[in-house]
Amino acid sequence: MSTLPNGWEMVVGLEVHTELKTQTKLFCGCANAFGSEPNTNICPVCLGLPGSLPVLNEKAVEFAIRIGTALNCVIQGSSFHRKNYFYPDQPKDYQISQYDIPINGIGFLDLPDGTKVGIERAHLEEDTGKTTHVGGSGRIHGSDESLVDYNRAGVPLVEIVSAPDIRSAEQARGYAAELRAILIASGASDGRMEEGSMRVDANVSVRKGSDAPFGTRCEIKNLNSLRSLQRAVDFEALRQIDLLEAGESITQETRHWDEDAGRTQTMRSKEEANDYRYFPEPDLVPINPTQAFIDEIARSLPAMPAQRRVELIAQLGGDPTQAQRDQLMAAVELNVDSFITGAIHAGVTPAIALARTANELAALGDEIFSLPLDDYVALLKLEDAGALSATQSKAVLADLVAAGGGDPAALAKQRGFEKLDDGSLDGILDEIIAANPDEWRRYCEGDDKLTGFFTGKVMAATKGQADGKAVNAALRTRKG
Amino acid sequence: MSALRTAQDVADGERSASEVVAESFRAIDQRDAEIHAFLTLQREQALGEAEALDVRITNGENVGPLAGVPIGIKDNMCQIGEVTSCASRILEGWRPPYDATVITKLKAAGAIAVGKTNMDEFAMGSSTENSAFGVTRNPHDPEKVPGGSSGGSAAAVAASMVPLSLGSDTGGSIRQPAALCGVVGVKPTYGLVSRYGLVAFASSLDQIGPFANNVEDAALLLEVIAGHDPKDSTSLNQPAPSLVAHLDHGVRGLRIGICSDLLQGASDDVATAVAQAAAVLQGAGAELSEISIPELGLGLSAYYLIAPAEASSNLARYDGVRYGLRVDGDDVTAMNTRSRTAGFGDEVKRRIMLGTYALSAGYYDAYYGQAQRARTLIIQAFAKAYGSVDLILGATTPTTAFGIGEKSGDPLAMYQSDICTIPTNLAGHPALSVPFGKGVDQMPIGVQLLGPTLSEQRLFQAARVIEQGAPA
Repeated sequence: MSTLPNGWEMVVGLEVHTELKTQTKLFCGCANAFGSEPNTNICPVCLGLPGSLPVLNEKAVEFAIRIGTALNCVIQGSSFHRKNYFYPDQPKDYQISQYDIPINGIGFLDLPDGTKVGIERAHLEEDTGKTTHVGGSGRIHGSDESLVDYNRAGVPLVEIVSAPDIRSAEQARGYAAELRAILIASGASDGRMEEGSMRVDANVSVRKGSDAPFGTRCEIKNLNSLRSLQRAVDFEALRQIDLLEAGESITQETRHWDEDAGRTQTMRSKEEANDYRYFPEPDLVPINPTQAFIDEIARSLPAMPAQRRVELIAQLGGDPTQAQRDQLMAAVELNVDSFITGAIHAGVTPAIALARTANELAALGDEIFSLPLDDYVALLKLEDAGALSATQSKAVLADLVAAGGGDPAALAKQRGFEKLDDGSLDGILDEIIAANPDEWRRYCEGDDKLTGFFTGKVMAATKGQADGKAVNAALRTRKG
Repeated sequence: MSALRTAQDVADGERSASEVVAESFRAIDQRDAEIHAFLTLQREQALGEAEALDVRITNGENVGPLAGVPIGIKDNMCQIGEVTSCASRILEGWRPPYDATVITKLKAAGAIAVGKTNMDEFAMGSSTENSAFGVTRNPHDPEKVPGGSSGGSAAAVAASMVPLSLGSDTGGSIRQPAALCGVVGVKPTYGLVSRYGLVAFASSLDQIGPFANNVEDAALLLEVIAGHDPKDSTSLNQPAPSLVAHLDHGVRGLRIGICSDLLQGASDDVATAVAQAAAVLQGAGAELSEISIPELGLGLSAYYLIAPAEASSNLARYDGVRYGLRVDGDDVTAMNTRSRTAGFGDEVKRRIMLGTYALSAGYYDAYYGQAQRARTLIIQAFAKAYGSVDLILGATTPTTAFGIGEKSGDPLAMYQSDICTIPTNLAGHPALSVPFGKGVDQMPIGVQLLGPTLSEQRLFQAARVIEQGAPA
């Protein structure tokens, strides 16, 4: 964990907006879909045409309560307010949001490192459209035209506001990662930061020591990945410390993270901030979920990441290595741990199930969720039995996912993957040793780093068909 | 021309809908150049619908309770493809891609919309002088205002251009012009008629209601447009009330309170009319009493904070981006500002500024918050009053129709003309105005009946008694 100089401590709170995976928008029947042709999922209501009225989507209420339940929030009767400000991508020039009584009140989230981060609220609101600036500079100032796509306008969002309980950039990243895993697990959201379905703003301040009062904070926007979040928080804390150590003061403002430049920049100061003139939304009635409805949601909620990690460790048996712990964290974070559990249940060696799932499968994108578990298990069993090398197994896995499933043995055959017999491996080794006498001598004298060198040569010569473990064994035997 | 009779004749094949509608257009052609009740007419569309209806009648189809009845629609209700401007430059020429729920219901009932009626811009006003497209004149005296904001709808019925029209009432915008034009006007219980497709002024107060020449027709129209609408979250989960069938039930034993606070500032002739109407009710067997609800005096101030606050937000969307008037500028803020500056009239701007201020940080509690507390007091005071009376009787407006231009330079004097009607909207209750004789100036007087939530059936019964006892 990076430490700040001279006894400084950072104080971070995160505001996370997550789109809900409802079929339709928050206040109308339009499709809630990403990537449609611009302005095709719109109607009088989400366009805010004169005379139109909002009608609350009950599924969105259910999803919001799922999130609140997963974050241990107090679920309460709530109502909507209007947040008034002019912006072209906001059809009514006000946003229907929640203000004094959010649907989810105080809660908490336990980080894997043991830190408990308070949740102040998780409220429902509608998303805005998207503006694209074209011609000229292509930025808001200096472009020729601005085009607005209202497909996203009215998509349901839950805004989750953490308490200022985060004390490092790594922790901020950890919070966002754990929250994303919880959102996905709750079934309410897909947590895709790159598509903007989950968006993170960070409030950062610094103070001298943990007993000092909070300093003036800055809010950082445009954090499109966990990596950006961590970098931006670190940058911002150090920027503030530099200013304070130089005897200057911090101005409360909103700052923009410039990913390429690796720095935050002023967006708008507090003085430029809007007076949102919140008042109760007269077009909607209060939300009063019954206790039975809330209880049913709590009952139907699947296991959350923390519990799944505990269960996975138990399944792995013994004491996992640090590498395995990292794999396990990643698997749960990316919501692929059911593949591991499934494979272990089917008799695959736990270490192989864990490594292949966390390292390779998870990297293959969302298509993996259409891969039948049985096909995946069949592949891992081939590798487990030594019929495919690790390298071959990874290649077949990619084919399997691309095809949406199939018979891994047949796919292996198509690639021409046949297990090498020991005789041909011997022959290949002979040639490689003869061609690299110096390296071989050093290896025999105990330079283990050269194991990789020889394995690589063998793999190159066999086009990856050799089994890495068999090569290592053969090298050790020859060394004597 | 009774709407009920017309619909029966059309359904029975005694008259054709085409003939009825053509007759309505003849009346409009004859009088509307002077009155200017209509902003737009839907001649071809209306005649086409009438012909189609006639074919259906010939085929023996059931055509609904308003078969062939021409109706005027206030220009703040959306109708597919028909200009809906709210009498504002900012929406000039705007054609909605959808029908308001009331329009859908009217079509299903066989009614035929003949045009959109004039109004104060965005329903803000009490004289229809705030229309961006010219004033409407009172059919009883063209130098007088018809009242507002639904002045066009009231005048169209009063001038016998149409037997029915729709208005909207936020602080008296149906009842006040009904009184000044000598027709029946009803503001139903909040939530009884769907607001879907009614261009919002003040969402928590707006309610659509009927204008008619008589109580029976108003009841018939309300039956058609009322009822639960899933598109309006504030719509009551109630079926449309049965009114026409119970109209002649009488008022025997009904407790009616004459409210002194709804007579304050009333001219002598108006006060006399209210007293005479009370006598009529008493003569029909009602138990009359005098009551006072001093909290109603808070109504006007509370209204002029709550309604502008909601309006400032409801009217934000007219920003030049998506529809309506756009005046280009160097950047989006300049475009917004120029469009709104050019598109809105003075009264609308005044209320947007008032409402924006009332909701501002640091002032919210002193203004909007305080107004909401006053609103609660009014609701509680009404509830207490309805513990001892069934209905309340008072004036609709303090005076008969005033002259065109007489109050247009003095907003506060203009606001005062809604002093008797506003409390009802704040409480969400129903109320109606029934014509009752004429003032010393020979202009119509209306008396107002108020009732608690969903007391429409009783209100119409009492209104019927007053109507039958009114001076000829």
